[in-house]
Amino acid sequence: MNNIFTRLVNSKKTVGYIFILPWVIGFAVFTAYPILYSLYLSFFNVIITTDGIQTKFAKWANYQDAFTTDVEFLKEIGDFAGHVVVSVPIIVIIALIIAILLNQPIKFRGFFRTIFFLPVIISSGPVLNKLTEQGVTAIPEIKQYAFYKLAAEYPSFFSNLFLYIMDNMVLLLWFTGVQILIFIAALQKVDIQVYEAAKIDGASTWEIFWKITLPTLFPMILVNIIYTTVMYSISTMNPIIEHIKKNMFKIETGFGYASALSWVYFIIITIILLIMVWVVILLERKK
Amino acid sequence: MNQGVKKDISTKIRRILFGMKGNDGLLVKILMYALLIGIGFVFLYPILYMLSYSFKDINDLLNSLVNWIPTKLYTDNYKRAFDVLDYWPILLQTIYVTVLPSILQAFVASVIGYGFARFQFKGKNILFILVLATFVIPPQVTVIPRYILFNKIHILDSITAYVLPAIFGQGLNSAIFILIFYQIFRSIPKSLEEAAQLDGAGHFNIFFKIAIPMASAGYIISFLFSLVWYWNETYLASIYFGEKLSTLPLQLQKFVATYSKLFPTQGGASGTSINEGIELAGTLLTIIPLLIIYFITQRWFVESVDRSGITGE
Repeated sequence: MNNIFTRLVNSKKTVGYIFILPWVIGFAVFTAYPILYSLYLSFFNVIITTDGIQTKFAKWANYQDAFTTDVEFLKEIGDFAGHVVVSVPIIVIIALIIAILLNQPIKFRGFFRTIFFLPVIISSGPVLNKLTEQGVTAIPEIKQYAFYKLAAEYPSFFSNLFLYIMDNMVLLLWFTGVQILIFIAALQKVDIQVYEAAKIDGASTWEIFWKITLPTLFPMILVNIIYTTVMYSISTMNPIIEHIKKNMFKIETGFGYASALSWVYFIIITIILLIMVWVVILLERKK
Repeated sequence: MNQGVKKDISTKIRRILFGMKGNDGLLVKILMYALLIGIGFVFLYPILYMLSYSFKDINDLLNSLVNWIPTKLYTDNYKRAFDVLDYWPILLQTIYVTVLPSILQAFVASVIGYGFARFQFKGKNILFILVLATFVIPPQVTVIPRYILFNKIHILDSITAYVLPAIFGQGLNSAIFILIFYQIFRSIPKSLEEAAQLDGAGHFNIFFKIAIPMASAGYIISFLFSLVWYWNETYLASIYFGEKLSTLPLQLQKFVATYSKLFPTQGGASGTSINEGIELAGTLLTIIPLLIIYFITQRWFVESVDRSGITGE
C-alpha cells in the first residue's frame, strides 16, 4: 500500500495533478458551478423563505423585464458600452505614450514611475466616488473652456461621451498604472540593435515607431486591452454593478432577476472584448 | 570663410536643440519633461486637492479667495472623520481581512503555478486556458451562487468567505498570480531539478527547498498586489461581510450616513453639518495606510512586471 502511494507521488504525471488539485477543486466549486447555477437561476423566480430557497420557472421573463421594463438598467448598460468603447482605447494609448516617455533616458525615471503607479494602490470604489463627487476627476479648470461649454449646451450621444471623458480624465489616467508597466517591460525587450540598424538605414524616429516599436508591442497591446476592459468593467464605479446588487436584495426581483442582469452584463462585456480584440488584430494585419 | 563659421554655429545650435539621433536634443528633452511633469501633476491633482481641502475650515471652504493653502491648519475635520470611520478598530479589521487572504492567495498561486510550469499531464493546456479565462469572468456572475453556498455552510459574515476561495485559487484576480508563478517557475533550469532528484529529493522536497526560495520576488509581488486589491475591494466585501465586518473603504462608502447619525444637525447649526473638508479628510484617512505601504515597498510594485516576467519571453 505504502509502496503504491510513493510510486504515485513520484510519478511525474500524478504529481502535476496534485499541485494543481486545489485549483481544480476551487474552479469546480467556486467558479464553474456558480456560473452554471446563476445561468439556471436567471430563468427562475427565486424566493427566499425560512426553509431555504424556492424557485419557480419563469422562462425568459427575467430577461424580458431587463430589456423592457427596467429602464434604469437599459440606460446604464448603454452608457457602459459607450464608455468602455471610448475609454479603453484612450487608456491604452495614454499608457503607451507614458511608457514610451519613461523608456527614454530621462532623469528621475523611478520618481515618475512611482507617481504614475500610485493610483493603482488607492483606487477603491468609495475613494473614486468621493473624488468624482468633488469634481476633482476632471482636468483642472476644464469647465471654463469654450468647447466644454459648447458640448454641454448641445446634448447628444457624442457630446455626452465627450463630456464623460473630460469629466473623468483623471480617472482614465488613473487606470493606466499596470498597463504602463506592461508596456515598459515590453519596450525594454526590443532589441536595441534593430533600432540602430534602422537608424543607420536612415529611418526617422517617427518611422521607427510605426514600423518597429508598434508591431513588437502588438501582443502587449492586446493584453492591455483585455486587462483594461476587465478592470474597467469590474470597478465599483460602474453603476450597473450597484444596480445588480440592489436587485439581488430586493424582494420583488431577487436572485433570479439579478442573475439574469449579471448574465446580460457578462455577455455584453464578452462581446465588447471580442470586438475590440478583433479590431486590433485587423489593424495589425493591414500593416 | 564667414559663411562657413555661420553654418558651423547653426548646425551646432540645431544639434543642441534637436539632437543628432532624434531624441537627445534640448527641445525634445524639454518637451518630454514638460509632458511628464504635466501628466504627473494631473495624476497627483486629486491627492493634492484632498490634502489641501481636508485642512480647510468652513470659512476657508466658502472663501473663494483661499485657493490651495488654507489660512490655518485646521485639524477638526480629521477628528470628525476619525470618529465617523471608527478609525483604529476598523483599520485593524481591514488589516485582518486583507492580510490573511493575501498570504494564502500568494502561497496557493505558487503551488498551482508550479504544477503548470514543471509538469506535463493530460489536459494541461485546456486547464491553463481555463485559469486565464477566469480572469475575464465578472464577479457579479458568480457572486449570487457563492452567496447562497456560503450562506448554506455558514461562512458569511466572516473572513472565511474570503479565505476559502483564496485557498482554492479562486480569490481576487488569482489568475494573474498563477500566471506570475508559472512564468517564474518555468525559468528554473531543468538541470537543477535533475541534480536534486539524483540526490534523492522528491518533487515536494524540490518545491519547498529549491523552487520556493527562488521565487521570493514572486511571493512579495503577489502578496502586495493581493493586499491592495483585497483592501480596495468593496463589492464582495459588502455582500459577504454584511454588518459584521467592515473595512475602511466600506466605512467611507457610508460616510455621509454615519456622519449624520453621529453628529445630527441641531436646528441647522452650520458648524455640525458635513462639508467636503470632512469628507476629504475621511477619504485621505482611508488611503493613508496604503500610501505608507506603497512608499515602503514601491520598488516591488513598480518593478513587478519586469521581475515576474509576466509578459513572457
